[in-house]
Parts: sequence; structure tokens; C-alpha cells
Amino acid sequence: MKETVSSVAIKKEWDIVGARQAGRQLSQELGFGSVDQARIATAISELARNIYLYAKEGEITFEELYDLPKVGLKIVAKDKGPGINDLSAVMQDGYSTSGGLGAGLPGVKRLMDEFDLVSDGEGTKVTTIKWARL
Amino acid sequence: MNLKELVLENSDEIVSRWVEKQGNHSLQDYSSTISDDMIKQMNHEFADIIISSLKEGGANLENLDDFAEKVVNLGWPFGYITEGLQIFRTESIKFVLDQQGTENKEDFIYVMDGINEWIDPLKTRLMNQYSANWNNIISLQKLALEELSAPLIPVMDEITVMPLVGTIDTDRAKLIMENLLSGVVKNRTDVVLIDITGVPVVDTMVAHHIIQAAEAVRLLGATCILVGIRPEIAQTIVNLGIDLSQFPTKSSLKKGFETALELTDKQIITSENKREDVEEILDSIGKE
Repeated sequence: MKETVSSVAIKKEWDIVGARQAGRQLSQELGFGSVDQARIATAISELARNIYLYAKEGEITFEELYDLPKVGLKIVAKDKGPGINDLSAVMQDGYSTSGGLGAGLPGVKRLMDEFDLVSDGEGTKVTTIKWARL
Repeated sequence: MNLKELVLENSDEIVSRWVEKQGNHSLQDYSSTISDDMIKQMNHEFADIIISSLKEGGANLENLDDFAEKVVNLGWPFGYITEGLQIFRTESIKFVLDQQGTENKEDFIYVMDGINEWIDPLKTRLMNQYSANWNNIISLQKLALEELSAPLIPVMDEITVMPLVGTIDTDRAKLIMENLLSGVVKNRTDVVLIDITGVPVVDTMVAHHIIQAAEAVRLLGATCILVGIRPEIAQTIVNLGIDLSQFPTKSSLKKGFETALELTDKQIITSENKREDVEEILDSIGKE
């Protein structure tokens, strides 16, 4: 299993665009189809926006996974923000503390194949993986 | 001998040493795209500016500003300027100290101070100018982006199209909303087609803004049709669980326009006059 890691810092709103372009580029190189590329870009957009909105600062890390014959992209969104109070509530559709649609995190879970959320007073870490169907 | 005079008198020697060291040191990563002649020319100009500023006892600000602008326009790195001046400083100090052949600490500090006094204002000015040029470029691009941000195009009485291209951030979303609503009122629009063919990613925030815009348009008594939804965008919207059922959506602007025509009781009628004319002529020929 070989791994390559790269990361994008999220500090400004435009960093969201940078992160998702990096993710789209990687997913294209890994051989994801156009629909999966759009899924990955959207998921990154949601995760990066959550960082920007709630934690102000954070980082999105990309990791190429080669578990041959499977190829995948692991995306980790990490911040040192205030954390999430009610983990089960944020995974429900329509729950939002910022007046948004409340579809972000549950949406990311549906867009991706694997999803893990850890949050406490010291920050939040979302780990998610998409496997390419080759 | 005065420090300044010493440097000036031997400026050719110092410059040639500088050019040798400067070479394409800070441009290594770029050197494949920059011709040697260009580098030589710029180095020459750079040296001229430094020496002339010493001669005139102060930098010629206009020349400096022009030079900084040139470096920005060429897309050369900041390091070219800072390293260039740094090397010049080092070479001048070395040269003067060699000439004086002294190892005295006071002399060394005196020479260094003298040279610094001369180089530092140059460096500050060039750096300020370089970053000001960059900021200028960025703000111009931002303006340009805003200008092509959200045009509202009336295509027919009561029907208006708003094509969206590129990433939608918070600022643009606000602009889109404002343009949309004022345009709907101004053009007495009944149907607005929002075309998202050129929006690369529709996440919950973008969807949220579109839903809000559509709702606001509805409050003004008009109908909003979302068009240009690509298949992969449709899939991600469904995955995200976004409900867009409050207003009609179409895959293409063409289909949306047809719906808009229906909604405003309009029809496209293909004129067949010409064909009739021909048929009449043919008929009359047949009769003869």
C-alpha cells in the first residue's frame, strides 16, 4: 500500500475553491469518473466551508490510497475550532446552526463511501474516503 | 577617500562582480522560460538604477517604480529584487574592505553602515512598489470578475435570463440576488431563467443561495426556472439531499425557455410564407 499526502490550508473563503480544485485534480489523476469527481469536489466544498464558517481556520489533507486493485482518495478535514456539541444532531438532515440548509455533513456521508467524524472541545476531524470503481 | 566616491569610481568593477554572482541565481526555477538576453538586459537596468541612485544621492523614484512594475509584468519572483540587492550589498562591502585592506572592526562597521544607508531605502521602495503593483493587479482582476459576475439579460418581453459562470462565494451570491431582484422589477419580468451550466460545483451553500433567490423572485410575483443542470450536478444535489422541488428545473436553457414561453402564453411560430409563395408558383405553373 503506497500513499501520497498533500494538504491545503483553509483560511479564506477562496481557499475553499483552491481545496476543491486540488481535490478534483487528484481524483482525475486517480481515474475517477466525472460524476465521482463532482461528488468529491462537492464533499470537499462542504467540509472546507464548515471549517471556514465554524472554525475559521483548518486544513484539508488528501491521501491517495492504493489498496490494489482498489484505488481511493482519502480526505481529512481538520480544525481546532469549538467542536460540535451534538454529534447525532449534525448528522440529521435539516439541522443547521448557521441558517444553512443543514445538508452538509449528512450530504458528505452520502457522497462518499466511508465517513468518520470525531469532535471534542479541541476541534473537529472528519475523515472520508471515496473508492474508484475501476 | 570618501566611501561613496570609492564605490562610484569602481562601480564598473562592482557591477561586473555583481552580474557574475546575480547571473540567474534567483531565476533558476524560471530560467527555462526566460531568455538569457532578457536577464542580461534586466540585470543591466537593475545595476544602472542602483548606481545612479548613489550618484544622485537619492533614488530616482520614477525609475525605481518603473523597474518594479517591469519585474511584476514579467512575472519574475520577488526574490530577484531582494537577492539582487543583497548580493550588491555584499559585493560592495567586500570590495571596499579589500581596497582599504583593513581588518579593523570599526572600519568594517563604518563601511557596512555607509553601504546599508544607501541600499536600504532602495530596497524598501522597490519592495513597496512591487507589492503595490501586485495588489493593483489583484484588485483589478477582482473588479473584472465582479463585472462579469451576474448579468441579467432580457431576451423577450417578460422573459429574462441570468447565466451564472464560475464559483459562487458569499459576495457574488449577494450581488446575484441584488441584480436578479432589481432586474426583475425593472424589466417587468414574469419568468427568470437562472442558468448554472457554468457553475463548477453546486454545494449546499450555492443551492441555498439559489433557493433563496428563487423564493425572493416568487415574492415579487415572478417565476424562477433553474436551467443548465448537468447530470453529475443532478446526482450530487440528490446525494446532498437538497430539495429543489419548489420551483421548476430543466436540463438545458432551451427547454427552460420553452417552458417560459408556455408560462407567458407565448408561442414560436415558424413563418411559412416563403414556402407558400413557391408552392403557389409551382401550382400556377402546373395549371398552365
